[in-house]
Amino acid sequence: MSAAPKGFEAVTSRTVVLPRTDIDTDQIIPARFLRTTTREGLGQQLFADWRYLADGSPNPDFVLNRPEAAGCRILVGGRNFGCGSSREHAPWALVDFGIQAVVSTEFADIFRANSLKNGLVPVIVDQATHAWLLANPGVEITVDLKTASVILPDGRSAPFPIDPFARYCLMQGVDQLGYLLSKNDEITAWEQRRAARGY
Amino acid sequence: MPQTSDTPAVLYIDLHLIHEVTSPQAFSVLRERGLRLRRPDLTLATMDHSTPTLTEQVFGGAPITIESAAKQVRQLEINCAEFGVELLDLASDKRGIVHVIGPELGATQPGKTIVCGDSHTSTHGAFGALAFGIGTTEVGHVFATQCLLQSKPKTLAVTVDGRLAPGVTAKDIVLAIIGQIGVAGGTGHVIEFRGEAIRALSMDERMTICNMSIEAGARAGMIAPDETTYAYLKGRPFAPQGEAWERAVADWKTLPGDPGAVFDREVKLDASTLEPMITWGTHPGMVTGITGTVPAASDDPVFERALSYMGFEAGQKLAGSRVDVVFVGSCTNSRLTDLRAAAAVLKGRKIARGVQMLVVPGSQQIKKAAEAEGLDQIFKAAGAEWRESGCSMCLGMNGDTVEKGRYAVSTSNRNFEGRQGVGARTLLASPLTAAASAVRGSITDPRELL
Ligand code: SF4
Repeated sequence: MSAAPKGFEAVTSRTVVLPRTDIDTDQIIPARFLRTTTREGLGQQLFADWRYLADGSPNPDFVLNRPEAAGCRILVGGRNFGCGSSREHAPWALVDFGIQAVVSTEFADIFRANSLKNGLVPVIVDQATHAWLLANPGVEITVDLKTASVILPDGRSAPFPIDPFARYCLMQGVDQLGYLLSKNDEITAWEQRRAARGY
Repeated sequence: MPQTSDTPAVLYIDLHLIHEVTSPQAFSVLRERGLRLRRPDLTLATMDHSTPTLTEQVFGGAPITIESAAKQVRQLEINCAEFGVELLDLASDKRGIVHVIGPELGATQPGKTIVCGDSHTSTHGAFGALAFGIGTTEVGHVFATQCLLQSKPKTLAVTVDGRLAPGVTAKDIVLAIIGQIGVAGGTGHVIEFRGEAIRALSMDERMTICNMSIEAGARAGMIAPDETTYAYLKGRPFAPQGEAWERAVADWKTLPGDPGAVFDREVKLDASTLEPMITWGTHPGMVTGITGTVPAASDDPVFERALSYMGFEAGQKLAGSRVDVVFVGSCTNSRLTDLRAAAAVLKGRKIARGVQMLVVPGSQQIKKAAEAEGLDQIFKAAGAEWRESGCSMCLGMNGDTVEKGRYAVSTSNRNFEGRQGVGARTLLASPLTAAASAVRGSITDPRELL
């Protein structure tokens, strides 16, 4: 995680659909896999309790294990995706698995912030677009950062909100730490004022 | 530095709490980029999530049985030594759950900006601090610059008036709030809890409320500081002392918002109408009064799935239903007053046959204080296990887990599928309800045993 993820302007892919609402980060990556000191390889454990059977073999009924899910880079999830813990292991696992964008009507705040720092686009679409995507799994769509919109197979597009700075960082592969480090003088000045408080 | 139309605000962090799970990858960034940790003096480390709770493993020299957990603990020691961060290590008598020790040591103070790589950082808002959870990349940002990039959140006022009836606690208030506004009801917002019922709460109870703000989707929850806050902090080791204390309190008194402040949204609740609450589903919003039932129907799209996971029928009465495990602990309810509440129910009683009960204090200091009052004796005499502090069965990272299919009444904050172990069925409740359910071996209204 030394450098920012590579910048990109758009992702085009077939979708994989997980229609459940309130998918929490304990489902995205269960706690027992957080005993790691690196961020690599977590894609193996993505959705582990849904994806694998008790004996460790893949659950053939789980959507990510079906052949048509192979290579999909856009996940469509139910409302309030990523609620629960602040574990950045959740977006790490999604990205390691190959996902570049998650589409929902609503994301939990911390998950959303974490995703944006890892080259994973949280795409908030309107109800109608979301309902259509849930009903039509596997369609090819484009998440376009340039226009901040999702382009559907029939050419219609649905805009999504994204903070301009986060969008800029995603597209350019800009590392936010570098930006913060460039503010060193202002930070130092604040520290001096802060110290003057005397407690 | 304020927010502009193109860039987020740069927010300076007054206190950065860290633990073994969400920090290692952030320390690696410092190393890879040759950066120093800017303010070790504003950083405090503890170990809690993957640490054992069995005394022989904490103090007796017996190894931590889970190798990956041992490695994570070791890595935190190495990182703190290398970057000059004060660490409350496994043997420290000040160690404990990160959200318990911050306030207990007096490091959590009104008006501070406080972050930690942990979503329950919202707990510290009970002191009128702006406190919220961050991811590991942001932990790295704070290490290197003591700052974060932030956009302004929306505000939500939750006003709780009226008085609590006996047997009804702060945990029941917050569960009722989440039941009312939903698990995403606070997304994008900071909550201010206010009103007569909130003002009447102790600091321990206020922490229970703010702790679960995140369960309503809000990154942060706050309560305006008042005399209760100052009395709690006075004399604690990290709190200002002497003349500095006077100056600090004078500043803190200017913090509460003016009475006419306008919020983006407002919600009201009457505490006097509440009964003890308990969850029946797989998120904290699936909650009802202890005398209530599982809903007969719901428009929640995961309703059916939650019922099948929990093994409950629609419309089923909850009281009297089987309980296998009881957990009193976690950053929600592991403070001294919580342990006293559980002990009050257990005193002179035994837990039901076949029930396993774990009591895990939030910190080593709480453990010591509880032992000084003889609470440990009450727990042991009742047949419960008395452990060393840590997160323990709240998320089971350290191996304290609930087996598949078993029912656990837990004083923690999350009842997600698998949270306490693969296939574990969690029912969230107050320490009073948890202890009463342990005694009967079934879900029990604590008012019947008070
Ligand atoms: S007690 Fe539970 S919720 Fe609190 S910090 Fe530990 S794991 Fe997180």
